[in-house]
Amino acid sequence: MRSVRLFLWGLVILFAAVFALFALQLSRPKDDLVRSALIGKPVPEFALKPAVGTHPGLSTADLRDGQPKLLNVFASWCVPCAAEAPQLAALEQQGADIVAIAIRDRPEDVSAFLDRYGDPFSRIGADDVSKVQLALGSSGVPETFVVDGQGIIRYQHIGELHDKDVAILLEQLREAGA
Amino acid sequence: MIANFGLAALWLAAALAALQCLAGFAALRGEGQALAGVVRPVAVVQGALCIAAFAALLLAFVWSDLSVALVAQNSHSAKPLIFKLAGAWGNHEGSMLMWVSIMAVAGGLIALVERRLPEPTILATLGAQAFVGLGFYAFLLFSSNPFERLDPAPAQGMGLNPLLQDVGLAFHPPTLYLGYVGLSVAFSFAVGALLTRQVTPEFARVMRPWVLGAWIFLTIGITAGSYWAYYELGWGGWWFWDPVENASLMPWLAGTALLHSASVLASRDALRAWTIVLGVIAFSMSMVGTFLVRSGILTSVHAFAVDPERGTFILALLAIYIGGALALFAVRAGTVAEGERFALMSREGALVVNNVALSAILGIVLLGTLYPLVTEALGFRVSVGPPYFNPVSAVFAIPMLLVLTVGPLLRWRRDRFERVRGPVILIGIVLVAVLAAVAFFYGIGLLPMLGIALAAGIAVASFMPLRGRSLRRLPLPVWGMAISHFGIAVALFGMAADSAFTQERLIAAGVGQATEVGPWQVRLDSVRPVAGPNWTAIEGRLLAQYQGGAVYELTPQARSFWAPAQETNESALLTRWNGQLYAVLGEEAEDGRWQLRVWWKPFVTFIWYGGLLIALGGVLALIGRVTGDLRRRFARRKIAARHVDAMA
Amino acid sequence: MRLIAFLALLLAVPLAAQDSLPPAPYAYQQLADPQQEAQAQALMQTLRCLTCQSQSIVDSDAPMAGDMRHEVRTRIAAGEQPEAIRAWLVERYGDYISYAPQVSAATWPLFAIPVLLLLLAGLIVWRRLGKRA
Repeated sequence: MRSVRLFLWGLVILFAAVFALFALQLSRPKDDLVRSALIGKPVPEFALKPAVGTHPGLSTADLRDGQPKLLNVFASWCVPCAAEAPQLAALEQQGADIVAIAIRDRPEDVSAFLDRYGDPFSRIGADDVSKVQLALGSSGVPETFVVDGQGIIRYQHIGELHDKDVAILLEQLREAGA
Repeated sequence: MIANFGLAALWLAAALAALQCLAGFAALRGEGQALAGVVRPVAVVQGALCIAAFAALLLAFVWSDLSVALVAQNSHSAKPLIFKLAGAWGNHEGSMLMWVSIMAVAGGLIALVERRLPEPTILATLGAQAFVGLGFYAFLLFSSNPFERLDPAPAQGMGLNPLLQDVGLAFHPPTLYLGYVGLSVAFSFAVGALLTRQVTPEFARVMRPWVLGAWIFLTIGITAGSYWAYYELGWGGWWFWDPVENASLMPWLAGTALLHSASVLASRDALRAWTIVLGVIAFSMSMVGTFLVRSGILTSVHAFAVDPERGTFILALLAIYIGGALALFAVRAGTVAEGERFALMSREGALVVNNVALSAILGIVLLGTLYPLVTEALGFRVSVGPPYFNPVSAVFAIPMLLVLTVGPLLRWRRDRFERVRGPVILIGIVLVAVLAAVAFFYGIGLLPMLGIALAAGIAVASFMPLRGRSLRRLPLPVWGMAISHFGIAVALFGMAADSAFTQERLIAAGVGQATEVGPWQVRLDSVRPVAGPNWTAIEGRLLAQYQGGAVYELTPQARSFWAPAQETNESALLTRWNGQLYAVLGEEAEDGRWQLRVWWKPFVTFIWYGGLLIALGGVLALIGRVTGDLRRRFARRKIAARHVDAMA
Repeated sequence: MRLIAFLALLLAVPLAAQDSLPPAPYAYQQLADPQQEAQAQALMQTLRCLTCQSQSIVDSDAPMAGDMRHEVRTRIAAGEQPEAIRAWLVERYGDYISYAPQVSAATWPLFAIPVLLLLLAGLIVWRRLGKRA
């Protein structure tokens, strides 16, 4: 009998734990983001051909030139990427060096995208089969990484940028530059 | 108008449930005796009112009464009638109303016919049933009113999700609800028996048909759901241990264990406390499943009626019912005596192994499903999928299935090995021979290999209990057991064969081009546009030839629906006795060729045939039990009548 | 069953509009060597599609899943071991990307609890049945 009672109280405790877990998860906003596990680690080796004729391509060496940079992963076919154009422009105006990787894109589409939404990028590499995106641990477009002068990934922003993110990214850039 | 009627009926039913609950529990105390007489009639009327409310909702959907918000959101006047009806329960509010209605009807049925248990136990059971019902009424009336009105009414409804416009799916949710409700009845019986300290074989016999019914519906629901996912989603898989799938599996596992432990209690007056625990757990699993699916806290469960407020409500109900019942039992545990003893070599012994293994598998499924939530709460994310669930649950499933081959042959209480030595040796030989043959001829994985061998062993073993008995006079429940166990063998073979022998061909095919997959030669004959009632599609015509023989036609489609706008892939299936050819038409490539995915899946259909056999066995057992009960009841009545005659 | 996930995927489609490039070469094309293809298939079935969240990359038509299949197949074709590819992806995306949890600081309870359950099951059967009737 004692063991039955112990077992039952064990069940009650287990149930209480499950209940607490459910309640906790229910009370918090759902976090669906898949973050890169490479924060604090070097950018993987890659060399991408230019995505458009007007800009040079992008390689790991370009990210190790001593200057901290923003690395924007985008695509011309992605609506939120167009939506974050003003924030990227603001970042560029405030001195950020922004390089980009265009995912699964055609040169003419990228160039039309830049004409239409503005061009804050100094380099754009073409990642036609998402190879570099996978190597970076990026799970979608758009995403913005902060990479320091030694090519170490410092920060990752997932999804489109909002006005409040501009200051955060500038701050991250400043820290990466120190 | 009709909506007002439905809402009024629902409120009335809720009020009656409150009365039923109060009266049922009050009758347990001395001073409440006066109220005892109202419990049964109230339960019956409550059931009738719920039917009226649900009928009102159905009518609102049939008439496309767009002033009802639910109709406007889920229906479209251009939809076929069957899908208008299905629209009534293909959404959160309607499905909750359906659930409550079935539950109330079940309560009414118990009140009408059940006379075998002591009256206080029945009253406590009906009180508990009404208590459970009250939570759902509150949920419906305060947070998910199915009869909410729109003013002004829109000119046209938004339509039902095209994926849901499928006959199979139209009946999938009601099947699961019937199962959940059956488990809630078992829960109420358990609480009633606990409150009145009447955990007896008679209690198990009364509860058993409800558990059996619930279990049949859950089995059919899971089988149908798995087949639906298989042919509708177009990826050729039938089970992925997705959280939503697990949510439907967990009540089934608990229900299966409960079914077996209840039969021990009914026949042998043993496993009393354990049967009560399982009754509580089985119902709690259906609540946990509902919570996981509706609250959206798991990564897979995004779209269907996800709403944190609803989640909170279900969670509160879960806490009150399950926490309350478990705590009550933990306090009362001492008053439930242990019951009869038995030996390891006995029918009970085998059933204990079955129960322990099923409970352990349930624990693993629960763990694997909830673990990602635990880590999320701690700030990191993991995934748990088939590579975890398959081997870990097999650790418990394999011993259980081995015991399954012998258990039904054993006698109750105690038995000697010598008595079953012959059949055991035969089963063992079949098992080892098949294992050796499969290992020798095919280089397949360990689990499929064991699966095929076990399937052969169980198939032989399942009919062993029939040997030496008159098949004509064999009780239906024994037939049921044999067929269900044989169904397990069939399903197991299908699963193992599918995972071991499936062949897949992915090609970009031009019109006229052919490819080989397994014994089939498949040629893309033509591609043309077709139109349906509310969709247009690109349809591929495939000509498939089996081993150079007859030619069959398959027509997979890539469909575009317009109300609401969505794209789906309609796979095409060609069924032979020994497997299925499965074809999906993908996108057009730039050079005018078409993406084509073709699978040859040997014996895959056995999975669902097996599921249906398992359910069929349940149906036979249920018929046997219910007719047996009726026969006994009539016999008793006749004896009583004769008694009265003699007195006169 | 996985309808929910599938709906989510469909709902996501308008956001991530159609990309303009054709699928990567090995997204919808099998490797010529059946043994390598079987290896790739087994691995891909246990990798999570990142844009649809609850499907493996084999089951998903999302472009990124196609690119991941291409990545897996080209690496297998180059002779890389499946588990090395899994480790490479886990290094980038964490344990989330793999449906096959490995024993680690983050996942040990997943393996410890079944062992406990096994011991408990053995104990119950032994205690319950060890005693003769």
